[in-house]
Formats: sequence, C-alpha cells, structure tokens
Amino acid sequence: MLALNALPTLPLAALEVGKHWDWDIAGFTVHGETVVTTWIAMSVVIILCFVGTRKLERVPSGLQGFLEYGMDFVSGIARDQIGAKDYKPYVPLIGTIFLFVFSANWLGQLPIRVIHIPGGELTTPSNDVNTTLGLALIAIVSFFYAGFKTAGLSFFKFFIMPNPAFLPLKIIEVFARIMSLTFRLFGNVLAEELVLGVFLLLVPFIVPIPFMVLFLFTSAIQALIFATLTASYIGEAIEEGHHAVDSHHHD
Amino acid sequence: MDIAVAGCLVGAGLAVGLAAIGPGIGQGNAAGKALEGIARQPEAEGKLRGTLLLSLAFMETLTIYGLVVALILLFVTLGGLPGLLKG
Repeated sequence: MLALNALPTLPLAALEVGKHWDWDIAGFTVHGETVVTTWIAMSVVIILCFVGTRKLERVPSGLQGFLEYGMDFVSGIARDQIGAKDYKPYVPLIGTIFLFVFSANWLGQLPIRVIHIPGGELTTPSNDVNTTLGLALIAIVSFFYAGFKTAGLSFFKFFIMPNPAFLPLKIIEVFARIMSLTFRLFGNVLAEELVLGVFLLLVPFIVPIPFMVLFLFTSAIQALIFATLTASYIGEAIEEGHHAVDSHHHD
Repeated sequence: MDIAVAGCLVGAGLAVGLAAIGPGIGQGNAAGKALEGIARQPEAEGKLRGTLLLSLAFMETLTIYGLVVALILLFVTLGGLPGLLKG
C-alpha cells in the first residue's frame, strides 16, 4: 500500500496507513503490532487492579482509593444508561470496555513507536480497525444477550415493535450500530495519529506537545463514549424486553 | 488511469471538506446554546460542560466518517490502482 513519506530522514515522522507486521498463525494473518499493544494495554489494567486489590482495607488509601473511584465512575456510566434496577450484572462489561479503550488510547500517546518493528509501527491497538470492530461486535452481542435474557424469545418483537413494516429498518439499525461504533473509535484515533504525524513532519519540536495534551483528553472522551453507547444499547434492549413481556401478559 | 487518480484525490478532499460543514454548524449551535445556559444559570456550568463535551464528540464523529472515506480513497483505492507505485 501507499506510504506518504515526505521527509523520510526523520525517524519519528513517517505517515503511513494500512501497513502491518503480519504474522501467520494457523493459516490466519494476524497484525502482530496490534496483538502486542493489545496485550500491553490489557496487562496495564490487569496489573493495576491486581496490585491495588491485594490488601483491601475498610478505609481505602492510595491505589485502592483510586481503583474505587474508577469503579464508581464506570458503574455510574452503567447506572445512568441502564437504570438502577438492572445495571449491576453489566458493570463488569461496561467497565472492561471503558478501561481497555482508555488504556489503549493513552498507550498510543506514549512514544512507543520509537521501538522499530519489522512492519508498521507500534501504536495504540485502536487505530487498527479489527480491534474496534471486535469491540463493536461485543457491544452488539451484549445488546442481544440483554434483550433475550429479559424477554426470552419474545424479544424478537423488538424488530416489529410499532409495526411489522419497521422490520427492514430495525435490521439495518443493528448493522448501522456496528458500523458507527467501529468507525467512530477507529476514525478518531487514526485522525489523532495522522494529525500528530503531520505536525511531526512539519515541526518535530515543542509544537506538537499542546496537541498531545488535547489528544489525551479526546481519547479519554472516546473511551467514555464507547462505554456510554454500549450501556445505552443494553439499556434499550432491557427496556424493550420489558415492554415485550408486558404486552404479552396483557393479551 | 489519470482520471481515476484525479478522481480519488478530488474525492478525498471533498469527502472531508463536505463532511465538516454540517458538524461545524451543529457544534456552533450546541456551544452557543450551552453558553446561553451558563449565562442564565452559572451554577449549572459543570453539568453543562460534561454534556456539551459528550455531544461535541458525537458531532465530531460525523466529520471523522468523512475522514475515513477519504483515507480509504487515498490509501486503499489509490494504492490499489495498477501502475501507480512504479512512477
């Protein structure tokens, strides 16, 4: 594929999209740099949580207090979107999505791309469309799980809810949600990387720093949006499921 | 072949440019209304700011979709055209 290399002498400033370090694992082509950075992002979260919950105390201090603040934050997202009655079982899912996307996006702001790998560059896993598509599929599967758990098979009524004429629209809506979740995260993160790349090409000193600070902020917002949308889809499924069950009883 | 390359480049430019119009207007509206709200009720600023930032990010996404289309045109379609990388 095409690489825009305006000044190939600068080590940090190659603008390239779609170049990957391909691994062949059992006949599948895997993007190696994405796998590596995904594991780094996951292990940051896992190690923090493991270390922070070793010695639990009644009055939290230090890392435990920080983790409890994070727990409050993610369960607040779930409670706001799903409702106080049903949100508890979905807090781990929403929290995992938020924490993973957050740590992945902030990993991309660290200069880990100075470590050279055989192809592509070491950046955040969420500027690979496969990562974001995987997360979006998890979100949509949990939407259906929540619906079927609440209403059983009568959740299929969701697709013909006001009127059977809505069936094609509702089916398109499901796919549109997958697409929009995928490309929202992917596009935003890739746009940040490209803007930083362009600035590094033009002025490789000092000038990109304010933008890096801005991107720390926007990538945190993207994590929040992804988790909020997942929670709101689950909340919608539960609400529609309750409707479907209620109308069944009234008939 | 030249016309295909030109079409890709012009299309990529137009994709981002046109996709930036609507969200620009929308973000301006949202920020303006939020300012009005803060002017009327300064104590509600914290809540307004959070909601505003979230909705601004949603609007920004629409431009990002245009950017994704532009990137597909530049890096996938253009890169896939035969005979381009030789010259």
